[in-house]
Order: sequence, then structure tokens, then C-alpha cells
Amino acid sequence: MGRTTSKDAQALIHSLRSAYSATPTSLKIVDLYVGFAVFAAIIQVVYMAIVGSFPFNSFLSGVLSCVGTAVLAVCLRIQVNKENKEFKDLAPERAFADFVLCNLVLHLVIMNFLG
Amino acid sequence: MADGESSKEATARTLRNAFGNVLSFFILLLIGVLAFSIRLFSVIKYESVIHEFDPYFNYRVTQFLTKNGIYDFWNWFDDRTWYPLGRVIGGTVYPGLTLTAGTLWWLLNSLNIPLSVETVCVFTAPVFSAFASWATYLLTKEVKGTGAGLTAAVLLAMVPSYISRSVAGSYDNEAVAIFALIFTFYLYIKTLNTGSLFYATLNALAYFYMVCSWGGYTFIINLIPMHVLLCIVTGRFSSRLYIAYAPLVVLGTLLAALVPVVGFNAVMTSEHFASFLVFIIIHVVALVYHVKGNLSPRMFKVAVTLVVSVGLVVCCAMIAVLIALVASSPTKGWSGRSLSLLDPTYASKYIPIIASVSEHQPPTWPSYFMDINVLAFLVPAGIIACFLPLSDASSFVVLYIVMSVYFSGVMVRLMLVLAPAACIMSGIALSEAFNVLTRSIKFQLPGSSGTSQSRDASLNTDGEQNDIAKTEKMDETVKERPSKKNRKKEKEPVEKASIRSRIEKRLLVLPLEASVIAIILLVLLGAFYVVHCVWAAAEAYSAPSIVLTTYSRDGGLHVFDDFREAYAWLSHNTEVDDKVASWWDYGYQTTAMANRTVIVDNNTWNNTHIATVGTAMSSPEKAAWEIFNSLDVKYVLVVFGGLFPSLHA
Repeated sequence: MGRTTSKDAQALIHSLRSAYSATPTSLKIVDLYVGFAVFAAIIQVVYMAIVGSFPFNSFLSGVLSCVGTAVLAVCLRIQVNKENKEFKDLAPERAFADFVLCNLVLHLVIMNFLG
Repeated sequence: MADGESSKEATARTLRNAFGNVLSFFILLLIGVLAFSIRLFSVIKYESVIHEFDPYFNYRVTQFLTKNGIYDFWNWFDDRTWYPLGRVIGGTVYPGLTLTAGTLWWLLNSLNIPLSVETVCVFTAPVFSAFASWATYLLTKEVKGTGAGLTAAVLLAMVPSYISRSVAGSYDNEAVAIFALIFTFYLYIKTLNTGSLFYATLNALAYFYMVCSWGGYTFIINLIPMHVLLCIVTGRFSSRLYIAYAPLVVLGTLLAALVPVVGFNAVMTSEHFASFLVFIIIHVVALVYHVKGNLSPRMFKVAVTLVVSVGLVVCCAMIAVLIALVASSPTKGWSGRSLSLLDPTYASKYIPIIASVSEHQPPTWPSYFMDINVLAFLVPAGIIACFLPLSDASSFVVLYIVMSVYFSGVMVRLMLVLAPAACIMSGIALSEAFNVLTRSIKFQLPGSSGTSQSRDASLNTDGEQNDIAKTEKMDETVKERPSKKNRKKEKEPVEKASIRSRIEKRLLVLPLEASVIAIILLVLLGAFYVVHCVWAAAEAYSAPSIVLTTYSRDGGLHVFDDFREAYAWLSHNTEVDDKVASWWDYGYQTTAMANRTVIVDNNTWNNTHIATVGTAMSSPEKAAWEIFNSLDVKYVLVVFGGLFPSLHA
């Protein structure tokens, strides 16, 4: 039983890797960016758990900045993905402009909230 | 030959479209004028004054804002109320309404239109109700097309429930909040339909305006997650849903935390937890869909078994921690007002001061008829119309009406949230009904050939019917937009479905006489609604309640201006720093009109203080004298209703 599971898991990882290697480089860069943002958010949460959340607005704005960045990047990735049929008629330039605008609003708010 | 004909047809169609657009623009303009002018009865019948209690406080805050500027406003500590405690106004008030009116006033003055602050405050609510009906048009248009949008906008422009809160002079939070509510919903639906981050940003900003304006924003932040959850459960998850929801939660939470009165509550109280929970769920679901798209079905099954066995343990642990955290707080993290919504008996058990306010009582059946009138009968038809076909947008509207019906049943004040939903539903129902009936008349009229049946021939000259013909076209586009499930597999079933719907449409022809009679009946119903609305606006909801009128038995009109006379007496005959004690109802008016310090006012934040005044009022003179002396009170304001002829006649 245990052996079949590990075998299956190996096959799964293999197929995941092969599926992922087919994605274009630009999307991989976005993925890296998302991964970095999530990583930064996790570090902050761990730090909060160890040290305490005293300037709560700083903690909140730090974490939400990272999460927000990640979410917006995911949205961008969804929109510029060629395989996604829903956004065929959306130009990547338009998607990027929206992304920049949304980020601008997000970080203006965060700067305001940092206090 | 055929090409020429089709191009001619195309130009005719674009011409008709352009004509329809211009027409609907003018209809919208008229709807705005209607929404504004039906709310002016109070100014015509009485005068241009601020109404009731809370509006006086808002008016006073606006005056302060226009005089001292925004920074002093945020730091305003008011020592004229709640003597000797005082109140931090900047941090305890929803600033949306005040800032809106202040900006309007500043704008008008910089354009050299010298209106007084009071005039701007009086007319803020009617102006925003015009905006609200335009927002309703946009929202309903996203759901069911232009015809339904226009009908819903007309209905909302004069729905009595909304009129009761937004007549000229009723300068209260709800006046701008309903507009913000509808507009936020519109932007959410728009984002859901287009999947554009631009609209998602606008949606977050509209939500920010709503948070600024009214405590009812928790309705939005719970309704939208519920809709997202509904979509996920019914298998309608799409990347557009993700784009509509995830940025809204992050941006919306941050923006809400910027408003001083909300602050950290945006992440600390249970009202907001639903959105975070759904935020996590939607990420898990999005990941699952993403992985599913990349893997073969067999491998996906393996992955599911692996992840589920590991994930279940983690999930259980997390839920246990969460429950422990929530359960450790005494009210389970919910604020009293929200708890009284979930458990209608909560307020009367634990917070009697909330339960004692009449607008927090459950409504009676007649109040439904009074406030939404014939819409109550049209709503079920609208719900049915929303299910054929069910899209993401129409499922949202259905959820909205279901939730708001529940909330309006708990608290009569929340009838205000129900009214827009009822208008949207009735607009859809009416426009669909007109659609079916006019089509069946059109089919049977002599001279219309078989081929022109499928086209929307512009036989109707009437504006409304023309729009409805356009709705038909919009409907078809809605129908042809397949649901998420079908999209992945094949296009064929969709085409089949649309063919079937076309056949059904041809079969769905009512007899000529029946449809004519039905149209006449519907028009009569609409006329009845209009008559009722005008009556409600003119008679029931326009009284400013600081000026009272009664009719004596011989038909003469008595005007009682005692309240304002009393406040004027106070401001002319007492020292500036004198303290006036009164029951809390009159606190706002005393500070605003007489400019004297009061002990308690309508912002009932300190029950003990109110109880002290209550004790003094109900004690014998000697004991009361001591209590009032301890509070530095020099004057006591008492309302004596004994001389009202209508009361003792």
C-alpha cells in the first residue's frame, strides 16, 4: 500500500513537472514573483508570531501588501495566459495597465496606512 | 444582392441601436429628474429645513468641516455633548456623508455658486437618489439587459421605502449609502462579467465609499463572499470570479481599515471573517482547477487522494484553533447589532436600548405593502425570470433578494436594503412580461411575415416597448454565453440549447386578446404603484418632525413650531456654557440648533449616563435636583404634548 502511494506520488510529481515545463517563460517569471510575495508574507507572519504584533497597522500593511501583490500578480497571470480562452480578446498591454493601476492604488493605500 | 441586403440590414440595425441609446439616455435623464423632484414635497409643503434627529447632528458636523477643514475634523473632540465626558467625533462617525456634502459645498462655492451649507445638506439626499437610480440601471443592465435596467431604475426612483429615507432635508447616512451599495454591487457584477482588473479596482474604491458612509457595509462584505461560495459550490467557478473577489478582499480590507470608525475592526470582528474564509477557499479552489487543467484525469485522482488525506488533518487543526480563538471572546466576536440580526430576540434580552428604538423592531405585514407596494407581488416573477437562464450575475441578484428579505424581516430599518433588490427583481419581471406579451402581439399582427418574426422589427413606436425589443437581443447574447461547465467540453450543446430556446420562443405565443388584456393590466398595476408612491412621498414621508401639522376637527390646519421656538429661546436667553438636560432624543437638536451643551444625545454610546438622566427625570424634585446639580445642569428641556388638539380631542 505504502509503496504504491510513493510510486504514485513520484509519477504525480513527474507529470506535474512535465506539465509545468511547457508554460512560457514570462508566466514562469510571474510565478516566481508570486512565490516571492507569498514567501515574504509568511516570513512576516512568523515574525509576528515570535515577536508580537505591536504596531498592528505596520504588520497588517506589510502582510496585506505582500498578499495583495501576489493576488494581483495571479490575476495578471490569468489574464495574459494564452491558454485561457476567457480572455482571448483582452490585449496583454491592457491587462498590464490594469495591473499597474491596481498596484498603484494598493500601495498608495498601504503607504497611507503604515502611519 | 444578398450582400447588399445584409449590409443594409446591418446599417439599419446600427441606426436602431444608436437611436435606442439616445432614447435610453434621455429616459435615464428623466428618471433622474423624477427621482429628484418626487423628494421635494417636504420643501414645498413645509420649508427647506433639516429633518428629525440624526440629520441635525450630521448637519452640525458638516458645518464644522466646512468651517475648520478636514484635519481639524479628524481630530475633533466635541465637549458640547455627553457632558462631562465629551465625545471624539472624528473617530466615531461614519464620515462619508459629511465629506460628500462638504465637497459638494466647496465645489459649488469655488464655482461662485454661494449656497449655504444647510441648503447643500437638504438637497444631498435627492441628488444621490438620482445617482442611485442610475446605478440601479447599470446593475440591472448587467444582469438582464437595457429594458429591465430602465424599468428597475424607474421603480427605484420612486420606491416609498427609499423615499422615506431620502426626502429633501433627510440628511442621513442612508441617503448616500444606498447609492454606494448599489454601485458597489454593479461594479462587482461588472468585474464578474468582464474579468477586468480595472473594474476590480473601482469596485474596491466604491466599497471604500460605502464603508465611509454606513455601518451597513457589512452586508456587502458578507453577501459577496456568500455569492462566491454559491458559485463555487454549484460548479460555476471561473477565473473571472477570482479576479472579481480576491483583489476586493485585500484592497477592501485595507481601505476599510483606513476609516477611523472601522479601523482594526476590519480584521478583528466576526462580521468580516466570512470574507477571509472564502478568500482562503477560493485560493484552494483556484489551485485545484489549475492543477486539474494540467494533469490527466488519472493523475488528478491520485493527487486528490494524496492532498485530501494530508489536508484534512491540517484543516481540522486550523479550524480547531479558529474556533478556540472565536469562542474565547465573550460575544463570540460579533458586535451587538449584528448579533441582533442573527438572533432576532438578542437585542430585547441583552441590549434593551437598541431594542427600544422603533426602527429596530421587526416590521409588520402592512409595512411591506406600504414600503414596496406592488413590488412585493412582482418579486417572485422576477426570481423566476432570473433562473431562465441562470447566469453568475442573476444568481447574485437572487441571493441579494433572499438575504435582504430575511434582514428586513428582522429589523424594519433594513427594509431600505430590500427596496433596491425588490426594484431590480420587479424591473426584470415587468420587462420580461412586456417582452413576452408584445412579442406575441407582434407575431399575430397581420402583415408581419415569418422571417421578420425572429428579427426584432421595430413595430413599436412607444419608447419603453422599443427598449424591450432590444432586451430580447441582449437576452440572446446572455443565453449564448455558456456556463462554465459547458465551455470546457463542447460548443454543440450550447447551440442546441439556443435552437431549442428559439423553438420555445415561437411556441410561447399567447392569444392576442389575452396578451392585450395582460398588457393593460400591467400598465394599470404600474399606474397604481405610481399613485401610491406619490401619495407616500407627499403625505406619509415628508413631515420634517420638527415642525408638526395637525388638522383640527373643523378642517383647519394647525402648525406647531414649538421645538424650534424652544431651541431659539435657549440660544437667546441662556449663557453659552450652560448645560441643558433633556431626554436623549433631543440631544442632537439642542446642540445643533441652540448650541448648548447637553448631557446625553442620540449617539447612545454610554448607557450609564442615559440611565442617570432617566433616574433624575423620574425621581421626585428633591432627588432630581441633586442629580442635576451633580451634572452642572442649569436648564431642563421637557416636551409637553398636552395642548395638541388632535391628541386630546
